Amino acid sequence: MSEHIASKKTYIVVWASLMCLTAATAGASYLELGHFNIVLALLIATCKATLVALIFMGVKYISQKMTWVVIVAGLFWLFILISLSMTDYISRSWR
Amino acid sequence: MSDSSPTLAAHQPGLQHHFATMEQQTDASVMGMWVFLVTEIMFFGGMFVGYMIYRYMYYGPWLEGSQHMDFWWGTINTAVLLCSSLTMALGVRASQLGQRRMLVTFLLITILFGLGFLGIKSIEYHGHWVDGQFPGANFRFSGPNPAQVELFFSFYWAMTGFHALHVLIGIGLVTYVVYRSWKGAYGPDYHNPVENVGLYWHFVDIVWIYLYPLLYLISHKHLSG
Amino acid sequence: MTTAAVPMRERENYLNQEYGIKSWLLTTDHKRIALLYLLSITFFFFIGGFFALLIRLELLTPAGDLVQADTYNKLFTMHGQVMVFFFLIPAVPAVLGNFLIPIMIGAKDLAFPRVNLLSWYIFILGSALMLYTILNGGVDTGWTFYTPLSTEFLTTNVVAAAMAIFVVGFSSILTGLNFIVTIHRLRAPGMTWSRLPLFVWANYATSIIFVLGTPVLAISLALVGLERMFHLGIFDPRLGGDPLLFQHLFWFYSHPAVYVMILPGMGVVSEIVACFSHKRLFGYRFMALALIAIAVLGFLVWAHHMFVAGISLYAALIFSFFSYMVAIPSAIKVFNWTATLYKGSISYTTPMLYAFGFIGLFTMGGMTGLFVAALGVDVHVTDTYFIIAHFHYIMVGGMVMAYLGGMHFWWPKISGRMYPEGWGKLAALLIFIGFNLTFFPQFILGYMGMPRRYWQYSPEFQVLNVLSTAGASILAVGYLLPMVYFLWSMRYGKIADDNPWGAAGLEWMTTSPPTTPNFDEIPTVTWEAYNYDQLTEVPVERQ
Repeated sequence: MSEHIASKKTYIVVWASLMCLTAATAGASYLELGHFNIVLALLIATCKATLVALIFMGVKYISQKMTWVVIVAGLFWLFILISLSMTDYISRSWR
Repeated sequence: MSDSSPTLAAHQPGLQHHFATMEQQTDASVMGMWVFLVTEIMFFGGMFVGYMIYRYMYYGPWLEGSQHMDFWWGTINTAVLLCSSLTMALGVRASQLGQRRMLVTFLLITILFGLGFLGIKSIEYHGHWVDGQFPGANFRFSGPNPAQVELFFSFYWAMTGFHALHVLIGIGLVTYVVYRSWKGAYGPDYHNPVENVGLYWHFVDIVWIYLYPLLYLISHKHLSG
Repeated sequence: MTTAAVPMRERENYLNQEYGIKSWLLTTDHKRIALLYLLSITFFFFIGGFFALLIRLELLTPAGDLVQADTYNKLFTMHGQVMVFFFLIPAVPAVLGNFLIPIMIGAKDLAFPRVNLLSWYIFILGSALMLYTILNGGVDTGWTFYTPLSTEFLTTNVVAAAMAIFVVGFSSILTGLNFIVTIHRLRAPGMTWSRLPLFVWANYATSIIFVLGTPVLAISLALVGLERMFHLGIFDPRLGGDPLLFQHLFWFYSHPAVYVMILPGMGVVSEIVACFSHKRLFGYRFMALALIAIAVLGFLVWAHHMFVAGISLYAALIFSFFSYMVAIPSAIKVFNWTATLYKGSISYTTPMLYAFGFIGLFTMGGMTGLFVAALGVDVHVTDTYFIIAHFHYIMVGGMVMAYLGGMHFWWPKISGRMYPEGWGKLAALLIFIGFNLTFFPQFILGYMGMPRRYWQYSPEFQVLNVLSTAGASILAVGYLLPMVYFLWSMRYGKIADDNPWGAAGLEWMTTSPPTTPNFDEIPTVTWEAYNYDQLTEVPVERQ
């Protein structure tokens, strides 16, 4: 079997970046950005989640294309659930 | 099993009879795990969509509710989980390299981090419970919109509760894998269960990565009160 | 075929390889697990049928004379929950799918045999909870568990029933996961995606729904449970919670679940129609795509259950539009079955009669679905018997017909015996007549305005209700018959050939019943699906 084994250094660098991003998101919550607070927080969270998925979970090294399809399908269906529910809540007051 | 060819079976003890090659078995197992994680995305997704809708409807009370989260414990817990993910990743790496002692050590550290996370979470839970921040008859809140703040706390308890349950299950799974690795079940050729438990653990980490800003960091006014 | 002359007990197969209760309860053979599921869901079919019988008896007269309102509420609730979650959803996937998918793709077993067994045990755990609910006085939420009725006002076994369905959901998640991985990773050499039988495609589409939809049902029922037990107020209007959020989450799964209750049936009917027309299925590629399209579009239509519940008009427009879109792939399927029949050499065997029944009744169910997808008409017929008739045409007229058709079609493969053809035809006919007599009057009743879920009704509705109850008793006889002659045939039925119907497909190229590893040697597939033009032999059983 030929599977990719990432180096120890890679993992530690990723871990360090995750810690920095955590500090960044905690710090950013002290800023007063109005609606952009949540945008920034979710942006940082998504960066962190992507790092964990790509390196720790090894998505970057996986040879199967199918894994990508599975992940994208999951996220797309979550998007369906959120967006179509929100159409109702956002437009309820339009009359 | 009479149908598996004896030569293959002798060389690859982990190979089940209905797979032709080890590679096919590993591929299937990895794919199965990812499909399972997708079901988990949808499971938590149901709560996240509820959170979004109410946050959209009741932004003020939710801001109010999030002021009562313990910012420092939440941040420390995020760090704890990230550390546990690192040790988990290193554990999986050790299993790929066939380093049994390293594997067991890293997984044991992962378990410790997991227990640490749950410990901190229970300190927080205890605090909320004592302060009357558990929804229901004993809920106490003196500020404006107490009802919607109670709604926020309902989400807090449900989302972190289900997450903590997943951490607990994760600890159970890691413990099982530690036991099996100690027995020498995994090596460079066969360590798929370690990888799958790792995937699960990292997924639970990712859920927390989102819960942390959504619940603890809605906009921060700690210093101003 | 010479093999047919050899008595069955001398040939080794999955049934006689091992004996004893342990060899069944600890089996990881997909075929034996399929039979475990068959026993369990048949049990629940008759429980659900018993509730249906009591409902129809109560509605024989306008007055509430057999049962009172509270009991009646419990009857229709438990009829719905048992039939939907414990019979219809597992029916084709867990029984026929489990048995056939590995054989159809040329594999020895599903990808995760132990997970497959686990899914049955989870099903049994859910069943135990459901039986506890029933025996402990039942539950009266309606099968939909709408809040705040379920969370605030009822004192019945809501938590136990919700847990039962929560648990049983995980059994279908595991089944779906197993099917998806199996179909991706365990196909025999040469078995490309475009050579898969449509039954496999249909179960693949179903599995997508299982995997992506069921977790949302699980979380919504879990939140109902938490709200009842710990007073978390997720859906509580007093806290500003929105009961409609529950409906959104519930229908996000439960509308696609309606397609779980029809897609596998479409797969079964495709196999039967091709076999008994002795023709390659018309438009194979579109048939496969239509199955996937229905599964995906099925996720975009859920709020059409909520048009009168107070959702936004603009959202309702979007959901109505998508609901109409589902008609396109559904129509493709009906047209292609019909086109397959055209100039085919058709034999009117029992499975084919069921397939004909399916096509007709599904068309009616689907067309009336378009009525209720229209925003205006929906206001008029919501919560009337029109809805009841509509979804029973899909679920019973569609799925149960297909399930029974499939059971007859593959019974020789499953049991190694032929069922009695004459009795089979009689039962199929009884079911078709009984079904239409039961449910067609309900369309009219609903259109006249008879509301659903009441134990009493105005006297002017009585004639149609009596017709409906009469139909239900014919239907009951029709359902009991196969049960009896299937059991009879296991001992006395004619020994079946390996391929009694002259059908194409890998499952007919192995023995009847198959051996435990399904094939002596994994086949290499070099032909397209439904290559009936290359099969000339039409066996005697076809007549």
